[in-house]
Amino acid sequence: MSDATTWRAWLLTDAPTSRRHARLASFYKGWLSLRGNTMAMVGLGILVGLLLMALFAPYLAPHDWKAQDLGNRLQPLGSPGHVLGTDSLGRDILSRLIYGSRITLYIVTLVALIAPVAGLLVGTIAGYVGGWADVVLMRITDIFLAFPRLVLALAFVAALGAGIENAVLAISLTAWPPYARMARAETLTIRASDYISAIRLQGAGPIRIITRHIWPLCISSLIVRVTLDMAGIILAAAGLGFLGLGAQPPSPEWGAMISEGRRFILDHWWVATVPGLAIFTVSLAFNLLGDGLRDVLDPKDGGIE
Amino acid sequence: MALSENQTERRPRAPLAPWLKSILVTLSSIAVTMLGLLLITFIIGRVMPIDPVLSIAGERASKEVYEQVYYELGLDKPVIVQFFYYLSDVVRGDFGMSLLNARPVSEDIRRVFPATLELATLGVIMGIVLGVPLGVVAAVRRGSWIDQLARVVALVGYSMPIFWLGLMGLLVFYGILGWVGGPGRLGIFFEDIVPTRTGMILLDSALAGEWAVFRDAFSHIVLPASLLGYYSLAYISRMTRSFMLEQMSAEYVTTARVKGMSERAVIWGHAFRNIRVQLITVIALSYANLLEGSVLTEIIFSWPGIGSYITTALLSADMNAVLGGTVVVGLIFICLNIFSDLLYRVFDPRAK
Repeated sequence: MSDATTWRAWLLTDAPTSRRHARLASFYKGWLSLRGNTMAMVGLGILVGLLLMALFAPYLAPHDWKAQDLGNRLQPLGSPGHVLGTDSLGRDILSRLIYGSRITLYIVTLVALIAPVAGLLVGTIAGYVGGWADVVLMRITDIFLAFPRLVLALAFVAALGAGIENAVLAISLTAWPPYARMARAETLTIRASDYISAIRLQGAGPIRIITRHIWPLCISSLIVRVTLDMAGIILAAAGLGFLGLGAQPPSPEWGAMISEGRRFILDHWWVATVPGLAIFTVSLAFNLLGDGLRDVLDPKDGGIE
Repeated sequence: MALSENQTERRPRAPLAPWLKSILVTLSSIAVTMLGLLLITFIIGRVMPIDPVLSIAGERASKEVYEQVYYELGLDKPVIVQFFYYLSDVVRGDFGMSLLNARPVSEDIRRVFPATLELATLGVIMGIVLGVPLGVVAAVRRGSWIDQLARVVALVGYSMPIFWLGLMGLLVFYGILGWVGGPGRLGIFFEDIVPTRTGMILLDSALAGEWAVFRDAFSHIVLPASLLGYYSLAYISRMTRSFMLEQMSAEYVTTARVKGMSERAVIWGHAFRNIRVQLITVIALSYANLLEGSVLTEIIFSWPGIGSYITTALLSADMNAVLGGTVVVGLIFICLNIFSDLLYRVFDPRAK
């Protein structure tokens, strides 16, 4: 009986002894079932790799990402000292790619913090309060849902000015409505349940009920949705960067790098190809992980897909 | 519960017929949504850091000219009145003047829109023709290599930046293989041969009987349309598959099989018939998404459609053009959404 097996037994128990024990146990069971899904683990692996790349960028990057070397411009793949070649200003593409992962993570994290939280707030309030608040909030949500997302983001960025922060804001403004709808639907089912009536009789106010008893139950479906949305967010950010409305040069944002490489696509194809592969890999990873998470956290949808 | 329902029935005022009520509710929600759309574009136009007066009158306008323009634009009125002016302009199809070429924005949009329509329509047709059978087969032979293929196609479609895939397509099929025409709608030798009737070059050249022009136009449109087609294929095949799976596990399918119907008749005669309405909804949504998704594609392929128009206007701070384009795309988007919603209600009795 080694230490590990007792830990395992403690985590897999059917009779948890405390709230924390129960939570850890259910987390562990979820992890076990996620671990069985090879594709989801591949996705998770890629994302952990991305995180490490962003963290250790200064140690990993062989060159300074903004150092120009005009004598060495547009070097092909595999040239000495520049594994992925150089761009039109002689900057090392690999180093720019590595630093670019920081920007991608920055955008994704910010949007993942803003949009679901905003949606959760709007959705739970609409669902819990009901009546006029529900009608008004859901109408606003529908209006935003009815808007084509990229065009709305374009118009916002046009008004706010180009830049990463404004791109994040524009993407968040277009990304929150589905979360609001989801949170509202969840709230409506939870609100009618007996345990909510029970804690209401015990004297819990609406704020306590929403924050302590409704939000925790919305979280798991929200997490699945966020993970699946991440790919779309990365693509939208890259699209804005490509149009010159997101990160500004000389920033090594991947979409902007494609845009720079576009001019030489026929003669020096790798300049635009490499950052595109990076975007593809990361959003594929998010999609794979999201599919796996949905099977673990939201089994009711699993059968259809 | 039962009691209150009885009470409503006994109300003296005759209740509206359910279909009439549902139409009224739908109409009012459409009106509110469109109003909201215009409110958003109005607000975006207001928070712009650009002074609308200066952009019309010019940087060196005298104080008198400045004030004249200021009053002409109605900027001295309260915001709510300004919004009302904006509304009445938009309803009349007036989006103001483009600051770039001093022409009405609505005229510009009318000129560029057919190009987008042509591209998106061809794209969605490709998506339907390939995506629906792929989805059906993937559902019927669940777990087979076709199912796996459909899964990979969808996954890649959801993960690939469209503008990058477009660039790669140009590189391979135009740059290396030379199979298709390059960016733009026509080769330089074919321009201005065919008179503009619909604005859609494939149609116009076919109507004029200029088959050389038609062939050239086709060689230019085939790549961007396939690109859009791929994205709608990914979505349509995925949705078809999940609808079909739902039907194939239903009991009536088992019954049909038990009574000896051929598998083909079960699939196409029974299961597929039942997903047609859902499918049309998906196709309408996918079409709406393509009209929007063509923004990035149009940039890559120098396609002179509404996406290129909005982006060019954006980069030169031509706000009237940007907002006009946004309103038009938004309205089409809303209309297609409503269309699919209505279709659902009319043809699917379960939707009640």
